[in-house]
Amino acid sequence: MNMMTDPRESLVVIGNGMAGMRTVEEMLKLPGGKRYRITVFGAEPHVNYNRIMLSSVLAGDKSVEEIVINSREWYAENGITLITGDAVKTIDREARTVTSAAGVTVPYDKILLATGSRPLAPPIPGLGLPGTCAFRDIADVDKMLAAAKTHKRAVVIGGGLLGLEAAWGLKQRGMSVALVHLMPTLMERQLDAAAGQLLQRDLDRRGIAFFTDGQTEEITGTERVEGVQLADGRFIPADLVVLAIGIRPNIDLAKAADLDVNRGIVVTDDMRTTDADIFAVGECVEHRGSVFGLVAPIWDQAKVCAARLTGDESALFTSRALSTSLKITGVDVFSAGALMAEGESDDEITLRDDNRGLYKKIVVRDGKLVGAVMYGDVADGQWYLGLIRDKSDISEIRDKLVFGRAFAESLPAGKTGPDIASMPDDAQVCGCNGVSKGSIVCAIREKSLCSLSQVRSHTKASASCGQCTGLVEAILADTLGGAVEKKAPSICDCATAGHDEVRQAILAQGLKTMGAVRAAFNWKKAEGCHKCRPALNYYLLCAWPGEYVDDSRSRFINERVHANIQKDGTYSVVPRMWGGVTTPSELHAIASVAEKFNIPTVKVTGGQRIDLLGVKKEDLPAVWGDLNKAGLVSGHAYAKGLRTVKTCVGSEWCRFGTQDSTGLGIKLEKFCWGSWTPHKVKFAVSGCPRNCAEATIKDMGVVCVEAGYDILVGGNGGIDVRVTDPLVRVASEDEVMEYAGAFMQIYREEAHYLERTAPWIARVGIDYVKKRLVEDNEGRRALNARFVYSQKFAQDDPWAERAGGIDAHEFAKLPELADA
Amino acid sequence: MLEALTWKKIGPLANIPVRGSRRLCFGSGGKPIAVFRTGEDKIFALVDECPHKQGPLSEGIVSGNSVTCPLHNWVIGLDTGLAAEPDEGRTETIPVKLVNGEVYVGLLVERPVLERPTIERKCG
Ligand code: SRM
Ligand SMILES: Cc1cc2nc3c(=O)[nH]c(=O)nc-3n(C[C@H](O)[C@H](O)[C@H](O)COP(=O)(O)OP(=O)(O)OC[C@H]3O[C@@H](n4cnc5c(N)ncnc54)[C@H](O)[C@@H]3O)c2cc1C
Ligand code: SF4
Ligand code: FES
Repeated sequence: MNMMTDPRESLVVIGNGMAGMRTVEEMLKLPGGKRYRITVFGAEPHVNYNRIMLSSVLAGDKSVEEIVINSREWYAENGITLITGDAVKTIDREARTVTSAAGVTVPYDKILLATGSRPLAPPIPGLGLPGTCAFRDIADVDKMLAAAKTHKRAVVIGGGLLGLEAAWGLKQRGMSVALVHLMPTLMERQLDAAAGQLLQRDLDRRGIAFFTDGQTEEITGTERVEGVQLADGRFIPADLVVLAIGIRPNIDLAKAADLDVNRGIVVTDDMRTTDADIFAVGECVEHRGSVFGLVAPIWDQAKVCAARLTGDESALFTSRALSTSLKITGVDVFSAGALMAEGESDDEITLRDDNRGLYKKIVVRDGKLVGAVMYGDVADGQWYLGLIRDKSDISEIRDKLVFGRAFAESLPAGKTGPDIASMPDDAQVCGCNGVSKGSIVCAIREKSLCSLSQVRSHTKASASCGQCTGLVEAILADTLGGAVEKKAPSICDCATAGHDEVRQAILAQGLKTMGAVRAAFNWKKAEGCHKCRPALNYYLLCAWPGEYVDDSRSRFINERVHANIQKDGTYSVVPRMWGGVTTPSELHAIASVAEKFNIPTVKVTGGQRIDLLGVKKEDLPAVWGDLNKAGLVSGHAYAKGLRTVKTCVGSEWCRFGTQDSTGLGIKLEKFCWGSWTPHKVKFAVSGCPRNCAEATIKDMGVVCVEAGYDILVGGNGGIDVRVTDPLVRVASEDEVMEYAGAFMQIYREEAHYLERTAPWIARVGIDYVKKRLVEDNEGRRALNARFVYSQKFAQDDPWAERAGGIDAHEFAKLPELADA
Repeated sequence: MLEALTWKKIGPLANIPVRGSRRLCFGSGGKPIAVFRTGEDKIFALVDECPHKQGPLSEGIVSGNSVTCPLHNWVIGLDTGLAAEPDEGRTETIPVKLVNGEVYVGLLVERPVLERPTIERKCG
C-alpha cells in the first residue's frame, strides 16, 4: 500500500458505531476534514447503523436496511478504509500502531476510541444457555426474532428503557412476555414511582406480565433455557431470556494501553484521553465523573471532538440537562432533570388524572425549574427541558407551570409546543440524527421544503425514532410562517398525512377521487390499504354529496353487503323499528321470514329492535324482499351511520312523561337514517329526567323537561363509558331537529374516520361544539342545511335496492362445481 | 405435479368484481375456494379460510396483492397465502389461469377435501 507515501496523517477510529462515525461525519463537514487518512475498525460485521432503532426493528416497524446510517459506498466515496468484523486487540503507544484480532496492523498519528459499552452481565447461573441474549446489537435482535418464530414464551430481565422496549417488541412479535425487574417500579432512574406505576398499568393492559421486586437467582435449563427462578421462589417458564439490566463502558482496550480509566475512559473537556493523540467519544467515556447512555450528549461530544481533531483548539464539551422518552407506540413518557424534591428548598407540583391516565410532576428550586416527569401527554416536554437547560426564572408562572405551556403563557388554545422563535439555532432538535434547529431552518429555506416528509428526507430530522416529529413540524410551520400545530397521527402506514390535512386538501384542492388524494399526498401503496381506503371513501362521500360515487370495494364487508357478518360467515339482519315502536303486522312479517328461511336465532337487541341471526348470504336479498313488503327497511345495524334512536313511552302513556319522547324519537330517526358518518351514531329520547332511554350515554340524547328539551351530546356506552355533555336547552321539537341536523353535520365534517362523537368531543372540547352550534346561529343553520342536502342522496333503502337486483354478484355464489 | 391437476372452468373474468372476490363451492362438499381479482386484473385463488379463525377471505378488502380478513383484519398475501407479520399462518393457495377471458382453477384430482362428505362452513 502507498500508506507510507501518503502525506496525510493517519486517523484510526476504533468502533464503527454511532459516536465514532458521527465524529467522522462532523469532521468531513469541517474545512480541515480531509487532512486524515481514516481507517475504521468495527467489531460488528455491519456498516454503521442507528442502534436506537433496533427497538423498531424488533417490533417490526423498521427493517435492518432502513436503519443503516452509512452504506459501504459512503465509506468508499469518502476514502475511508472500513474493516468490519475485526476487533482491535492492542494499541502500541511506543510503535504508534493498532493491531486487530485478525492481525491487521495500522500505524496511527491519532486514535479515536469509540468502543461504546457492553451489556451488564452479572454472574447469574445459566446465563450462557442457548436462548439467552442481551439487547445491544443486530446479532441480539436476530437471536430474538429467530426465537419469536419458533418459540412462545419470553422473559425480559430489566425494567429500564431497553428492557421495556425489548418486551414490547417481543410482544409485537406474538410472544407471551414476562418482565422481571429488581426494583418496585419501572424505569426508576428516569421516572418517579407514580409515573412508573402508570407505565406498568398500561403495559400490563397490553399483555406484558410484570414481576417487580424480582431478584433473578438462576436461569434454568439443560439444552436450552427453560425458565427463570426468582430468589423469592417465583418461577417463570421461558424459551427466551433477554438480559437488559444495564450497560458498562467498554474500556478494556484503553486500560490495556495504560490510559486513565475509571468507570469509563477518562476524558477532559476537549475529549482527549490522558494521551493527547488519543481521543474518545460515546458511551465508553467518562467526563467529569459522569458516563453516558443517550445519544444527545454524544452528538455534542462528536462535534467537539471533530473540531479538536481538525485543529480548532477552542471547542469544549459540557454536558447539559437531558431528557428521556420511551419508544413504545402509544405510550408517552417524558422525564428531564430531577425526579423529585431533593431538599427543603425544593417544591414538587403534581397534576394527576387517573381516568385519562395523565400524570405530570415538576420540581422547582428557588425560582427555577429543575425537573419534569410526564406521563400520558408529553407535548410540552421540550418546553420544560428548555426551561431547565436555560435555568429560566419561572417564579412569574410558577403556579400555572404544571398545567403546561398553553396555560402558563396563556397562549390561544392549540398554540402549544415549544417556542420556536426564541430557540437558539444550535439547539439540538433530532437526537437520533443530531440535527440542529439551524440546519433544519436553512434546509427549509434553501430547498424551499414545505412538508414534514421533505424535511425528513433532506435533513434526517425526525426520520429515526420520531420523538421529535412535533418539534420539527413546529419549526417547519414557524419557518413557513404558519401556525404551530401539534401533529395528528397519520391515517395509516400508507401515508404521512393526518386525517385533518387530508380532509382540508380534499375541499381546498377539489380532490374528487381516492386516486387523486393518494397522489396529492404521495401514498406509499398505490391502492392504499384496508385502513385508509374506507376512510378516504367516507371523506370523499361527505365532501361531495351527490357527486362522489361510493366505492363498495373500499367498504368493510358489513357495509358492503348491508348486514353484519357473524363468526361463522353467516349474517344478521336488523330491520328498523322506528323509535323502538313496532306493529303486529311487522312482527308477523319478521316471524314468517324467520320460518321461511329457517333463521336459527331471533333476538331482541340492546337497541330496541329485533335481530335475525344466522342468515345465509345468498338468502339475504330474498329475506330483505319479504321484509320490505311489510314496510320494514334496513336498520343499518352494520353501518357507520345512524343506528338506533331509543325512546321511552313518554307523555303518551307514562305518568311522569313531560313531552312525546316516542314521537320525537321517531321523527329524529326518520330525519337522520341512511346518512354515513365517521363512526356509528346512536340517539335516545327520554320523556323525563328519569331517563329510561339512557339518553345520557348516547351520541346525542334528548331529555324532555316541562320547560322543553335538554340536548346532550358526546355520550358513549361502549368500551369507554362517557356521559354526555349538556349542549343546550330548547323549547320546541323543531329546534331539536335543527340541532340534530347541525350536530350530525359538524360531526360528519370534522371528526376523524372511526372516531365516535365521545372521543371527538373529548378532543375538540364541548365549548368548541357550543361555539359552533349554540353561539353561532348562522353557522348552525348552514350546517343543518348541508345535512338536509346530503340526506337527499342518502335515504334510499339499501335493502330494497339489493332485493331489486343491485350488486347481485355480492350475494350469488359462482355456479357450483360438481365433484371434480 | 401439474398433470395431477385438472383445470376447471369457472366462468368469465367479468363475473369477479375488480378488487374483489367470489366464492366457489363444491357440490360434494370440500372447502370453498375464494377466487380473487386485483386492481390490475391479476387473478388468484385461496382456500376461503383465514388461517386465524377460518374467516371468509372472499369477503375481505382487496388491496394490491393482499386481502384483509373481514373478521379480525389479518392481512393475507394472495400470491403466497401467507399472513403478513406479525401474524403467522398460511392459507392453501389454489392454481388459477386465465384463458381468453375464462377463469380456470386447478384442482388436484385426488384433492382429499373434495371427497369429504361434510363441509366446514355452510355454503348453499
Ligand atoms: C345486536 C347488538 C347486541 C344485542 O344483541 O343487543 C350489538 C351487536 C354488535 N355490536 Fe353492539 N350491539 C348492540 C348494541 C350495542 C349497544 C347498546 C345500545 O346501542 O344502546 C352498545 C353500547 C352503546 C354505544 O354504542 O355507545 C354497543 C356497543 C358496541 C361497540 C362499542 C362501541 C364503542 O364506541 O365503544 C362495538 C364495537 C364497535 O362498534 O367498534 C359494537 C359492535 C357490535 C357488533 C356490530 C360487532 C361486529 O362488528 O360484528 C355486533 C354485531 C352483531 C350483529 O351481527 O348483529 N357494539 N352495542 C345490539 C344491536 C343494537 C341495534 O339494534 O342496532
Ligand atoms: C436497543 C437500544 C435502544 C436505544 N434507544 C435509545 C434512545 O431511544 N435514545 C437514545 O438517546 N439512546 C438510545 N440508545 C443508546 C444509544 O444507542 C447509544 O448511546 C449509542 O449507540 C452509543 O454510541 P457509541 O458509539 O458510544 O456505542 P455503539 O453505538 O455501541 O458503538 C460502539 C461500537 O464499537 C464496536 N467495538 C467495541 N470494541 C471494539 C474494538 N475493540 N474494536 C472494534 N470495534 C469495537 C462495537 O462493536 C460497536 O459496534 C439505545 C440503545 C439500544 C441498544
Ligand atoms: S357485546 Fe356486542 S360486540 Fe361484544 S359480543 Fe356482544 S354483541 Fe358482540
Ligand atoms: S379469522 Fe381472519 S382475522 Fe380472524
